[in-house]
Amino acid sequence: MAGSSPAEYISHHIQNLTYGRTLDGSWGFAHSAQEAAQMGFVSINVDTMFWSLLTGIIFCVLFRKASASASVADPSKWQLCVELVVEMVWGSVKDAFTGKNALIAPLSLTIFVWIFLMNLMDLVPVDFVPYASQLAGLSHMKIVPTTDVNATFGMSLSIFALMIYYGIKMKGLGGFAGELAFHPFGKAFLPVNLVLETVSLIAKPLSLSLRLFGNMFAGELVFVLIAALVPFYLQFVLAVPWAIFHILVITLQAYIFMMLTIVYLGQAHEVHH
Amino acid sequence: MNMNLTLLGQAISFAIFVWFCMRYVWPPIIAALEAREAEIADGLASAEKGRHELANAEKHVADILSEGKNKAQDFVLQGQKRRDEILEKAKAEAMEEKAKILASATTEAEQERNQMLEVLRKQVGGLALQGAEQILMREVDEQSHRDVLDKLSSSL
Repeated sequence: MAGSSPAEYISHHIQNLTYGRTLDGSWGFAHSAQEAAQMGFVSINVDTMFWSLLTGIIFCVLFRKASASASVADPSKWQLCVELVVEMVWGSVKDAFTGKNALIAPLSLTIFVWIFLMNLMDLVPVDFVPYASQLAGLSHMKIVPTTDVNATFGMSLSIFALMIYYGIKMKGLGGFAGELAFHPFGKAFLPVNLVLETVSLIAKPLSLSLRLFGNMFAGELVFVLIAALVPFYLQFVLAVPWAIFHILVITLQAYIFMMLTIVYLGQAHEVHH
Repeated sequence: MNMNLTLLGQAISFAIFVWFCMRYVWPPIIAALEAREAEIADGLASAEKGRHELANAEKHVADILSEGKNKAQDFVLQGQKRRDEILEKAKAEAMEEKAKILASATTEAEQERNQMLEVLRKQVGGLALQGAEQILMREVDEQSHRDVLDKLSSSL
């Protein structure tokens, strides 16, 4: 945004387009961070939803295109490309997940590709879409859904629910509770165990979402900082290396999220003796 | 970074995308991958089988060749043996024939000699008679002396 101070520019770029009820009782978009915070829980980040749905639908359409015409003898180039990703995910699942569950592998594939696509939005120059949407009358526009904690927590809490569901399903309610109560120190230290295991259980979804959010938010912030503080004709000196480095980061973050999901769900399936 | 309904929206979209992937994306791709894997395994197995069969066939050919060679040698040996036998047989037959011819020639010569002797005997008898007639200078009654003459000629 030309003409504003760097601080204003930066805070504008890390603000979601939030729809909800404003203080005066009317429904509409928040115009500032304070206003968005005042809307409370019953509000929605329209930009996060839009871009995450768009990337998710792109994933579904592209991968469905390959799977609908999947050929054994005469695969298309796109099918081979998809197969490459699928085989990578499948190999990871086979390595890290010993139980039998038809959900884990497609879940992992969705996580990997979807998060990768959402992260990929980070490589779109920081001003393109926000500026265009401002022309269209939308005050804020954050195009990287994974820089919104709601998006990362939405996924990690879903996985947390799966962890608890499969933990109870595989081990029984007693087994699941026993794992919380009788490890790692034995029955004599039940309260200590309970505290330790509960913390480690809750830490899993927390670390899962905050790691992704932190990495992506920091990466996006660096792009915004470069755009805010460096003259436009020199920005590429910093932005290009950072973008190239970021290609690695976004793939790695998607992979880590997928891998940890597999490991956590694997732990939920393991029956201890 | 305030939490709001986006959380739920995200979770719901996540569930829908996972469901879609599980229902429509994952199975066909995996099926294709597995089918291709099986096909490759089959191909490798049949290549291995083909190689094995080729080795067998080569061995079989070598066997047939050596067998043929042996048989040919046998034939040559048999032929030589047979030739020797035939030669031997022919020789024996020839010897036999020779002996037969010799024998019959001897018999014939003997017979001829006997006939000649008979004729000569008769002629000598006649000559002796003529000689005796001339010595006696008179006609001898042939009839009356026939016995004498016959006795004479048979004693010759």
